[in-house]
Amino acid sequence: MTEHRPSTFDKSLHAPVPLWRDIRVIQIVAQVAFLVAVVAAGFLLINNLINNLEASKISIDFGVLERPFGTKISEGQLDFNPGESSNWKALRAGLQNTLRVVVVGLAGATILGVLVGIGRLSTNFLVRSVAVTYIEIFRNTPLLVQLYFIYRGLRLTLPESLADSYRLPGPVFINRRAINFPLVQGTDTAWLLYAGLAAGVTVGIGLWIWRLRVQDRTGQPAHTVRWFVPAVLIGAAAGWLASGDPFTVDYPRLETFNFAGGDRLSAEYTALTLGLILYTAAFIADIVRAGIQAVPYGQIEAARAQGFSGGQTLRLIVLPQALRLIIPPLGNQYLNLAKNSSLGIAIGFFDVYNVANVISNQTGQSVALFAVMMLIYLGISLTISAIMNAVNYSMRLRSR
Amino acid sequence: MQRIARSLVFTGLALALVATLALPVAGRALAQDDASLLDTVISRGRLICGVNGQVPGFSFLDPDTGEMNGFDADFCRALAAAIFGEVTADNLEFVPTTAQERFTALQTGQIDVLIRNTTWTLSRDAELGIDFGPTTYYDGQGVMVHADMGVASLDELDGASICTLTGTTTELNITEAMEARGLSYELVPFEQSSETLAAFEERRCDALTSDQSQLAGLRSSSADPGSIVVLPEVISKEPLGPAYIQGDSRWADVVNWVVYATFTAEEFGITQANVDDFLSSTDERVQRFLGQGDVASGSLIGLDNDFTVNVIRAVGNYGEIYERTVGIDTPLGLDRSGGLGLNQLWTDGGLLYAPAWR
Repeated sequence: MTEHRPSTFDKSLHAPVPLWRDIRVIQIVAQVAFLVAVVAAGFLLINNLINNLEASKISIDFGVLERPFGTKISEGQLDFNPGESSNWKALRAGLQNTLRVVVVGLAGATILGVLVGIGRLSTNFLVRSVAVTYIEIFRNTPLLVQLYFIYRGLRLTLPESLADSYRLPGPVFINRRAINFPLVQGTDTAWLLYAGLAAGVTVGIGLWIWRLRVQDRTGQPAHTVRWFVPAVLIGAAAGWLASGDPFTVDYPRLETFNFAGGDRLSAEYTALTLGLILYTAAFIADIVRAGIQAVPYGQIEAARAQGFSGGQTLRLIVLPQALRLIIPPLGNQYLNLAKNSSLGIAIGFFDVYNVANVISNQTGQSVALFAVMMLIYLGISLTISAIMNAVNYSMRLRSR
Repeated sequence: MQRIARSLVFTGLALALVATLALPVAGRALAQDDASLLDTVISRGRLICGVNGQVPGFSFLDPDTGEMNGFDADFCRALAAAIFGEVTADNLEFVPTTAQERFTALQTGQIDVLIRNTTWTLSRDAELGIDFGPTTYYDGQGVMVHADMGVASLDELDGASICTLTGTTTELNITEAMEARGLSYELVPFEQSSETLAAFEERRCDALTSDQSQLAGLRSSSADPGSIVVLPEVISKEPLGPAYIQGDSRWADVVNWVVYATFTAEEFGITQANVDDFLSSTDERVQRFLGQGDVASGSLIGLDNDFTVNVIRAVGNYGEIYERTVGIDTPLGLDRSGGLGLNQLWTDGGLLYAPAWR
C-alpha cells in the first residue's frame, strides 16, 4: 500500500491540459467553425446568385405566377382556360396530373412488387425465373430508356387508325392516342342512391356485430358475410329505385379526328404510369423478398407444425413480421416514384414539371419557378414520408 | 493566454479564407461593366455558338461529315470568321441547345451568342436579360397534316390532336389560333423536335405545328414527304435572328454588323467566288465596305478593318447562304421569292435592309 506511482506520472496528471487538446474547447471550436463554414457557404452561394442575376439584369419575381398561362393543357383538368387562367392555376392543373400518376403508380407498384417479390421465392421454377428476369431487367436499365421504350412501343403496337381501335366491353376503345372509356356521372337524384347504400352498410355492420355476439354466446357459426351483403344490396337497391335514374353515362364516340365524349387516359399518361409501376415494382419486389427472408425459418416450421397451410403461413405468420422490415425501404421507393414522375416531360406528359418549364421559358423567371417546383416536390415527398412514418409507427413491436 | 491567442489566430485565418473566396464574386460583378464579351472571345480564341442542332436546313449535324450545317450554323461561321479572320476546327464551337435551356445558356455565359431560330418577342427582349440582333429569317408559324386526312385549312381541324414543341412561342400561337376559331383540340407538347416528328409520323397526332421553315425541314427529313401537307394559314409573325446578352453594346455591334455585312455583300453583288476581284474595286462604297485603303471600317467595332472580306470568304453573302442551306435547290426547297418574299433584299421587295456602311 505504501508503494508510490512514479512521480513523473503524478505530475502529468495534474498538469493543465493544453487548450487544443481540451475536449471541451475542441467541441466548442469545432461547432463554431462548422457553423461559420455553413453560413459562409450559404452566403457565398446566395451572393453569387444575386450578383449574377444583377449582372444579367434579371430580378426574381414571383408576380409572374399571377399572369395568364397561354398554353392549352389537354391532359386532365379540362375546364382550364388558356390565355385567361393564371400560371398558378396552370401549376395546379399540372400538379393534379402529377398526383394522378403518383397515386395510381404507388398502388400499382406496391401490388405488383409484392406479387413479384413473393414469386421470386416460389418453389416453382418457372414463376421464380420469370420474377428474377423481370427484376434484373427493370432494375438495371435507366428509367428514361424504359419510358421511351414503353411509349414508342405502345404507340407502334396499338392500332393506328381510330376506326380500328381495340374494342373492349363497355365500350372501351384503345388506340395509339388514348384509352377512351364511358364516363359515368351522377344525376341530381344520385344522392338517394348514396344514402341508400350508406344506410345498407350501417345496418350491415350492425348485423355483423350482432352475429359475432350470437357466436360468442351460443357457439353457432357467425355467417357474418351472409347477413352483411344482403343488407347492403337491399339498401342500394332501395336507393336506386327511389332516385329513379341515378346515373348518366357519356359514351365515347368516334368523330372526324378523335373520340369525343366519355373520358380518356392519354397514351402519355398510360406510358408514364406503366413505366413508373414496372420500374419501381422491381425494386419493391427485392425489398419484399429481403423482408420475407429475414423472418426466421423457425417461424415457418412452427406454423407448419401447427397445421397452417402454405398460404396461411404467408398471410398470418410471415408477412406481418416481414412488413416491419419492408416499410422503411419501401418509403424510399415511394419517394423515388414521386420524383421520377417528372421524367414525363420526355414523352410529352403535361405534369407540374412540364408546366413550370413552360412558364419559366415564357417568362424567363427560372429561379422563381425552380423554387416553386422544389417546394411542390418537397411537399409531395414530405407527405409520403409522413404517411410512411405513421404506418411504420403503427406497425412497431408493442411490448406488453 | 498564448493558447487563446493561437486559437484566435486560427479563427482569423478561417475567416480570411472565407473572405478571399467571397472576393472573386464581388470582383466579377464589378468587372462586368467595362469588359465586353468580344475581349473574352478573342482571348479564349474560340467562339461558342448556341444552335438548335436538330433542324435540317438551319442547324443539324451532317451525318456524312459530322459537321454542323445549315443557315444558322453559317451565321455562326460568319461571326467566327469576322473575329478570327478564318474559321478553323478550333475557333468555333457549336453547342446544341433545347428550346428550354437556350436562354439560360445565354444568360449564364455558357454560349456567347444564340443563333437558333429564336423568335424576337417583346417579353423575351424585356425580361430575359438578353437582346436581339437583326432578323436573319422572317418566318411565320404554320401547321402540317397528313395528306390522307384530306384537310385543306386550319378551320377543318376541329377535334384534332396537335403535336408541338414545349417552351416555345409555337404553343402559345397555336392555342390562340385554335381558341379564336372556337375549335376543340388536343395539344401534345414534346421537349425534343425529333420526338415531336416521330409522334406525328406515327399518328399520335393529326397535325404538327411549328415555324414554316421548320415544317419544310421536318417534312424533308420525313420518310415520305409526299404524305405530308403544309396548310396555307400562317398564324404568327416569327422574326428569327441572333440573340446575345443584354447590356454589352460592343458585342452587340459585332454580331449586328456581321449580319449586315452579309446583306450588304449581296447588295453589291459580292460573292464568295468574286470577292477577291472586288478588293481592287475603285467604287468607294465597296472599298469602305470591304475595309480597303486607309478608311476606318471594321476597326471601329474592334474587328479587323476588312472583316467583311473574311466573312464573305467563309460563307458568302446572304443570298448564297440562303440558297445553299434552305433554298429552292435544297431538300427544304424554300422559294426565296415565294409567298410574301420577305427574305429578299429591300431592292427586290423584301425586308432585308442594312444600315449605311459609312
